[in-house]
Amino acid sequence: MRLEYFRLIDRILEFDPVGRTIRAEAVVPTESPIFEGHFPGHPLMPGVMLLETMAQASGWLIIGLTRFNRMPFLAAFKEAKLRSFVTPGQTLIATAKLTHEGSGFAVTESEIVVEGKRVCNADITFRLVDFPSPQFRTGMREVGVAIAFPMEAVANG
Amino acid sequence: MSSTFDTVANIITETCDIPRDKITPESHAINDLGIDSLDFLDIAFAIDKTFGIKMPLEQWTQEVNEGKATTDQYFVLQNLCARIDELVAAKTAVKL
Repeated sequence: MRLEYFRLIDRILEFDPVGRTIRAEAVVPTESPIFEGHFPGHPLMPGVMLLETMAQASGWLIIGLTRFNRMPFLAAFKEAKLRSFVTPGQTLIATAKLTHEGSGFAVTESEIVVEGKRVCNADITFRLVDFPSPQFRTGMREVGVAIAFPMEAVANG
Repeated sequence: MSSTFDTVANIITETCDIPRDKITPESHAINDLGIDSLDFLDIAFAIDKTFGIKMPLEQWTQEVNEGKATTDQYFVLQNLCARIDELVAAKTAVKL
């Protein structure tokens, strides 16, 4: 997890295009300038970063289901709940399930589990658009490879 | 069984906090009711779920952008409801 670059997902553990689910791992770094301010002497993973982690897990799910043909952009969170503190060094397991595929938008349910305990969950809406440029799509594919997204599952895209 | 319009009007009221009595079949969702694109996503989500359809919003938007259709054809509620009824009928026909 590279908090300062908003690169939050470290590894895709499972992508199920039939069940329309994804499971991803994200390890909170032990050190980051963010923890110097949030909070001094009491470092906590900011809640907005937990929301972003769920959004990114959902985003990889949607990118995979659309075979890297549509780019999801975050539009809305609903029923977002931050249930427990998350601290440096903890391993997050983020899961997402596509609950609705509309025309130009998609909705997921996502949650993060730490050591078997759910720490947050939300319903998330995305707008789906064509990739703004071929370079953008190529860049996302490169990131996908770096985080072990199963490219063979979307090979025909 | 409530009409398509009643169902859609209730969805709009619940989603956008617009008083039910301000919503008429002649209302334009954008120009009269002030529904923005994000709220319309919520409405589309609820309509898709309620009627078991997938409203082709991207196709409609493209037609409007290309001048092949007006927003009235899709966003005046009585017209929107007619489109919904067509989609429901098409879905039913496929199943038969």
